Amino acid sequence: MDQQRESSTFGMWLFLVTEIMFFGGLFCAYLVYRATYYQAFVEGSQTMNIWLGATNTAVLICSSLSMALGVRCAQTDNRKMMVILLIITMLFGAAFLGIKAIEYHEHWTHHQFPGPNFSFPEAEEAGINPQNVQIYFSLYWAMTGLHALHMVIGIGLVLWITIVGARGLYSADYYAPVENVGLYWHFVDLVWIYLFPLLYLISKKHGG
Amino acid sequence: MATAVQTVERETYLNNGYTLKSWLLTKDHKRIAILYLISITGMFFVGGFFAMLIRLELLTPAGDLVSSDTYNKLFTMHGIAMVFFFLIPSVPAVLGNFVIPLMVGAKDLAFPRINLLSWYLYIVGALFALVSMMMGGVDTGWTFYTPFSTTYSNTHVVGTALGVFIAGFSSIFTGLNFIVTIHRMRAPGLTWARLPLFCWSNYAASIIMVLGTPVIAITILLVALERLLHIGVFNPALGGDPLLFQHLFWFYSHPAVYIMILPGMGVISEVVTCFSRKRVFGYEFVALASIAIAVLGFLVWAHHMFVAGISVYAALVFSLLSYLVAIPSAVKIFNWTATLFKGSVRYDTPMLYAFGFIGLFTIGGLTGVFLASLGVDVHVTDTYFVVAHFHYVMVGGMVLAYMAGLHFWWPKMTGKLYPEGWAKLSALFVFVGFNLTFFPQFILGYMGMPRRYHAYPPEFQVLNVLSTAGASVLAVGYVLPMIYFTWSLRYGEDAGPNPWNAVGLEWMTPSPPPTHNFDETPVVTWEAYDYEHQPEEVPVGH
Repeated sequence: MDQQRESSTFGMWLFLVTEIMFFGGLFCAYLVYRATYYQAFVEGSQTMNIWLGATNTAVLICSSLSMALGVRCAQTDNRKMMVILLIITMLFGAAFLGIKAIEYHEHWTHHQFPGPNFSFPEAEEAGINPQNVQIYFSLYWAMTGLHALHMVIGIGLVLWITIVGARGLYSADYYAPVENVGLYWHFVDLVWIYLFPLLYLISKKHGG
Repeated sequence: MATAVQTVERETYLNNGYTLKSWLLTKDHKRIAILYLISITGMFFVGGFFAMLIRLELLTPAGDLVSSDTYNKLFTMHGIAMVFFFLIPSVPAVLGNFVIPLMVGAKDLAFPRINLLSWYLYIVGALFALVSMMMGGVDTGWTFYTPFSTTYSNTHVVGTALGVFIAGFSSIFTGLNFIVTIHRMRAPGLTWARLPLFCWSNYAASIIMVLGTPVIAITILLVALERLLHIGVFNPALGGDPLLFQHLFWFYSHPAVYIMILPGMGVISEVVTCFSRKRVFGYEFVALASIAIAVLGFLVWAHHMFVAGISVYAALVFSLLSYLVAIPSAVKIFNWTATLFKGSVRYDTPMLYAFGFIGLFTIGGLTGVFLASLGVDVHVTDTYFVVAHFHYVMVGGMVLAYMAGLHFWWPKMTGKLYPEGWAKLSALFVFVGFNLTFFPQFILGYMGMPRRYHAYPPEFQVLNVLSTAGASVLAVGYVLPMIYFTWSLRYGEDAGPNPWNAVGLEWMTPSPPPTHNFDETPVVTWEAYDYEHQPEEVPVGH
């Protein structure tokens, strides 16, 4: 069983490496365009609500805590606490998505979505090309959207192990799925830790 | 040699359940390999169909068979079908899936269900691509360059891009499976230094699959998002950079060509040793060369962009690195040649294909080095010289290696021998047809015929006609195996466990193997390719 657990964990780490490469393409594009259009990125970043963003960051960090504790409970045969902690993790995840939905709604109603309806009046006073700000928002929606998709998948995975775990199928001898879902969850959390400063904190001028 | 008639049918992976469900829900790596075999053969003929139309158009200088827009679709879909849906899965998904667990002495791969998922992802991806083709196709080139693919093309880019995206995950999961299997499921006594080179090569290719494929996945997703939702990172109207697309695209697609050759090189290692009855010359060098190709392959991508607008300084660096990546490939060619030296060479079909590989891959590889030279590249880039180069390595190299492996392991997979005479004839058709098709293209390219054009100046016609004639001969070489392999399933002679008298764990189980591969976990006490100690037996059927 040990060999199987180590193999499946190895497999999950390998998969996470592919996820790094996957998000990496977007980070690469971000790097190139922030360097080229720094002012446009600064202006775009001012529209982000750092209180909501910071709250989301705290929410995810707490969810990683509850997840890690949940894995520990699986390893120590503590079924009841494990299920509770996994449910808490999912609640934190849902909270994250809810706050994200509020933010998305804000940006959408302010026409801060790339395409024919994009409008960014602040660009003129700042003396920059609004089209370049569209690139900032393209990356914002693509990166946070992809991240949110991974959150949804993550919540689904946690739901699955909660149900299976509630039936008592995990124990000190067999907890690999819990550990691997935990790894995935921590990875998605880590991606957000990078996204928050890169998207929300570019030379923050005005408050909030 | 009489084969004993068995009154009770032995359990094999083939007769262990006959229902469609037992095949479509199988977790057996051997059955999944067969599922892949059927699927990629289908996609190969799809790609071949488009190739035929291309060559027919190029019989005459005028663009008279199809319009230029249609021609754009033909070469695009030929490339997409062949690269993503045939070459990349071919050796790993068919031969690797079947043989690797046997070679390491395991019951199956590390993650059998993910293996099945891999096949389903391939099928879904292929369906997306096929439906897009049938609804009118794509005309962006398999390279999807922006802003044409994101903004100006009026064809089914999104459907095709999604098909490639999904098939990419098929690739990632196969690579993941191989890496974990080779690390953690080797039989007792099977150290890394005793591992067959086929495993080393597939391991190196799997590293590329795992690291590189996600990058093209995100790139192509961005193309699809830009078309669908106007999320524009490549749109120049927004200040986007088409060159960023090219960098991201080639960061995967260059290593992809090493995914498309390393497993084939693994096959050649197995075939050359078996049919010269000798251990490979310089085992460690060949093994490490595979890893070196994988690593260096990630450092050369911009040699596809020498004239795209990168700085001369950057071009210099990538040119130098591209020269370096040729070295490990050359090491392998030298080592296989040295393996042949003073070997007891037998000219069975797998070996004929291996000889073809060594010669044709050398030509293809060397012309790659010519292309790495900046001065030459400026002259021949985007001409038929490049087309000839990559067909020499991909067809003359990889497809020949795939055929070698298919013939080599066919008896193991099916328990039947294919008819050797017909197989040798087919190999001849393939070799002659291939050279007739693609050698003229080196000359055409050097003389200036551009690629991806459906019309050309009349002075190029003779060479184009030769090329099309060659393609017809090549086609015969591809169709014949379809016939005789199918024939052999019913009428072929029984193969026995080891018709080639080869060394390797896969030859120590019955043909076809039982579902669980080995009755007892084998213990390995011999070095790889231990042909010195292999008792000399006349193989079955000879």
